[in-house]
Amino acid sequence: MRFAAILLAATSLVGIGVAQAADPVPVKIGVLNDQSGLYADLGGPGSVWAAKKAVEDFGAAAKGLKVEVIAADHQNKADVGTSIARKWYDTEGVDVILDTPNSGVALAVSGVTQEKNKVFINSGAATSDLTGKACTPNTVHWTYDTWALANGTGKAIVKTGGDTWFFLTADYAFGHALERDTSKVVVDNGGKVVGSVKVPLNNADFSSFLLQAQSSKAKIIGLANAGGDTINSIKQASEYGIVEGGQKLAGLLIFLTDVHSLGLKTAQGLNLTSAWYWDQTDANRKFADEFAKANGGRRPTMVQAGVYSGVLHYLKAVEALKSAKDGAAVVAEMKKIPTDDPLFGKGEVRADGRHIHPMYLYEVKKPSESKGPWDYYILKATIPANEAFRPLSESDCPLVKKG
Amino acid sequence: MFELLGIPPQALFGQLLLGLINGAFYAMLSLGLAVIFGLLNVINFTHGAQYMMGAFAAWMLLNYLGVPFWGALVIAPVIVAIIGMVIERTLLRRLYNLDHLYGLLLTFGLALIFEGLFRRQYGSSGLPYNNPLPGGTNLGFMFLPNYRAFVVVASLVVCFATWFVIERTKLGSYLRAATERPDLVQAFGIDVPRMITLTYGFGVGLAALAGVLAAPAYQVSPTMGSNLIIVVFAVVVIGGMGSIMGAILTGFGLGVVEGLTKVFYPEASSTVIFVIMAIVLMVKPAGLFGTAK
Repeated sequence: MRFAAILLAATSLVGIGVAQAADPVPVKIGVLNDQSGLYADLGGPGSVWAAKKAVEDFGAAAKGLKVEVIAADHQNKADVGTSIARKWYDTEGVDVILDTPNSGVALAVSGVTQEKNKVFINSGAATSDLTGKACTPNTVHWTYDTWALANGTGKAIVKTGGDTWFFLTADYAFGHALERDTSKVVVDNGGKVVGSVKVPLNNADFSSFLLQAQSSKAKIIGLANAGGDTINSIKQASEYGIVEGGQKLAGLLIFLTDVHSLGLKTAQGLNLTSAWYWDQTDANRKFADEFAKANGGRRPTMVQAGVYSGVLHYLKAVEALKSAKDGAAVVAEMKKIPTDDPLFGKGEVRADGRHIHPMYLYEVKKPSESKGPWDYYILKATIPANEAFRPLSESDCPLVKKG
Repeated sequence: MFELLGIPPQALFGQLLLGLINGAFYAMLSLGLAVIFGLLNVINFTHGAQYMMGAFAAWMLLNYLGVPFWGALVIAPVIVAIIGMVIERTLLRRLYNLDHLYGLLLTFGLALIFEGLFRRQYGSSGLPYNNPLPGGTNLGFMFLPNYRAFVVVASLVVCFATWFVIERTKLGSYLRAATERPDLVQAFGIDVPRMITLTYGFGVGLAALAGVLAAPAYQVSPTMGSNLIIVVFAVVVIGGMGSIMGAILTGFGLGVVEGLTKVFYPEASSTVIFVIMAIVLMVKPAGLFGTAK
């Protein structure tokens, strides 16, 4: 009896000892995005897959991290997004929120993340305010932003003579930021903005707005919208003979999935700025092939690639700190170590939370040039990393010390 | 050159015409809803999904079987109507004696299921469908695409034909009688249950036809119906539940009102219809053309 008791005590001690030695650092990743609406194809379930893939490729388990990935649908509503974020942070032990397209939701979630001292790595949203006046020590903006889009597409178009602009703007935080940043580029390069119209989000019929753009006589109609809205405006512009009439469309934010939906016949010749294209390097193609296998043949967008790359870098920082609990410390570590991964190459996370990497100008292929579905872009120019994003000297982020 | 409320008249005419085009879709969809509600007393929340299925049926006919738009215009509504009639026979029929709420819940659930299935298969950002009538006519004040002109004419024809059949023919009188006193009509030897099934099929077919017409103008996407159906319900409520003429006139009328809002205050264009609905409900709760029961 006594022997048995000693044995029991001994095993329980051993048990504790073993548990301590192998106790992995728990990390819980929440992918919060549009799973079913107009932005679901460019992020959605594909972003969840990308996050899981990053955890797998990082070899988290072997490096002493116990990583779990969960996902939720914010339905493009800021209130839904923040209540999920609060629930995740408060009761479900989520350490980091990923993706989150829709600038309105992203700005709200960024606020909650700072309040709870967690980490927010945004790939899907566009507003440059995330690393501008609304920057926080807990937010990293990974893939692209409105400043980079304006600087890429906007500048290229003004330089080739498109110097009068009319904007069709999605009426929420993203559209406003994109119009603001592009207008600045247009004006700075000697162009003029002759007007704009604010269109409600998720609008099906653009003919009225297109007609207003037509009568403005602007050379360029800037589409400061995204996803289904961009698709419908381009499609209907071709119906109303806008391009035949001598005006040009400038899609300021066009995703690969948008081009797929439009078909090359309608989309050919469009100029666009993107952070990533699947058919550009061998590493990208390899990632895209695996993505396609798991996602019904679709190719990944820059947003999904950005989620992958962002998760890798985040896990590196957590590995170095051996803890994911202090969000601000993890982000500080992410800013300290340089970024390096197969999809986005070498780069850095700047003091304002902006991930710096090259951006690319593409043109959409003609149907005759494309080898088949998803073969859509021709590379026109590379914008080097040090020119692709808003310089810190122009930043209105309070984290940036001005010398 | 005079200006009206700060807008040159050319632009104004253009916007009025565009309003009519959008109104054509509202009218056809709300007509189907009105027919179904008027004769079956069911609030058909699946209507948006059936509109979406019409567009998808046209896309599938083209891409899998090579049937062009004009063929799909006839075949797609028939296919969707048959699916609708199966639903009526197997599911809806069981709910006629219960509260409206049950029919609403069933059709709403079905709509979510259909939408989910199409999203699973085809993604959410939609599929391209080429314009069967490219080109257009310059009317002087605006460029009218041929296809949009066709949509308005087709919709007017369909709306008028439906109104005529229901209000002015013998068949229509049977239908209307069957809604008032189904037992009496059945006593005269008319197969009322079958008539109801066909009526539901017809209403659903109208939604699908609108869907086929929408395919070349908008994107064929799983959510195209749910985006539109809320507005269409508002149109039906404003026109008066179950009123055929009310549905048609308010459909076109609200299309025009919405079109004008897009010029004067675009930010409000997605809400103006609901504001009108609220006002109409306060002043005339049965709707503009409805009769209080």
